[in-house]
Amino acid sequence: MEVPILKQGDYLIASIQAALSDADLLRLRDDLAQRVGRFRSRGVIVDVTVLDVMDSFAVRTLRNIGQILKMRGAETVIVGIQPEVAFAMVQLGLTLTDVWTALDLEESISFLDRLMKAGRTQGE
Amino acid sequence: MNDIAISISSDQDIVIARQRGRELAAKLGFSSTEQIAIATAISELSRNIVEYAKRGEVILSLTPSQGNGRGSLQITARDRGPGIPDVALAMRDGYSTSRSLGLGLPGTRRLMDEFEIVSKPGKGTTVTIRKWI
Ligand SMILES: Nc1ncnc2c1ncn2[C@@H]1O[C@H](COP(=O)(O)OP(=O)(O)OP(=O)(O)O)[C@@H](O)[C@H]1O
Ligand SMILES: [Mg+2]
Repeated sequence: MEVPILKQGDYLIASIQAALSDADLLRLRDDLAQRVGRFRSRGVIVDVTVLDVMDSFAVRTLRNIGQILKMRGAETVIVGIQPEVAFAMVQLGLTLTDVWTALDLEESISFLDRLMKAGRTQGE
Repeated sequence: MNDIAISISSDQDIVIARQRGRELAAKLGFSSTEQIAIATAISELSRNIVEYAKRGEVILSLTPSQGNGRGSLQITARDRGPGIPDVALAMRDGYSTSRSLGLGLPGTRRLMDEFEIVSKPGKGTTVTIRKWI
């Protein structure tokens, strides 16, 4: 199951459509690392709304994506973690470091906009 | 209900096993929070099979009520892989021989109502977990 990645201005949006195998998750990581360079993206949004399981492998890979993209000059936002999924993640003991989180797509875009603006004024 | 056995040898099988588990949990009337806890636990145990034993199986079954008046959904994950030399150590948060997070086993115990693990080096590992209906 390939994850479609859309370019929207300075950002990339990866919308997961169905359950992902470990191999699918690793491919998503590699695709994002490549495209961030190709499109000079500053932010990447990964929409996980449809995922009903975020286990240790998924979380480890998402954290990994956050670390890699940071080195490629982009921030990562995970959106759409369902409440029941969050509950299971907490019980497992998983924490989502190296990425930002937002409730939905709209919120993640305005969050990235603010982050980019703050980054620019800081740099001046 | 007949037991459902799912053989596990690839990352695709992990997805199939947890989906079957969630479907069955839904049919048994578990809440969506419980269904997801069950699916997540199956995912962790199946991945350990693929990662450490290469192949094995996951069996979904129903156990009759035992004293407490409640039956349970039981999941058995078993393999004939290398086994675990020190089970107590493997059950600790953060202990991993594959430089992973070391949360699969202890986290699965927290997600479920009952958890048993039997492992013999050179013989294999069987993990049995239950969620009360
Ligand atoms: N089926 C198994 N056969 C052999 N060894 C196992 C098996 N399951 C677990 N282990 C051993 O127990 C350790 C702890 O397992 P656990 O699932 O808690 O963590 P992990 O797999 O290392 O990391 P994570 O699950 O967080 O990605 C493993 O590193 C491995 O050494
Ligand atoms: Mg594990």
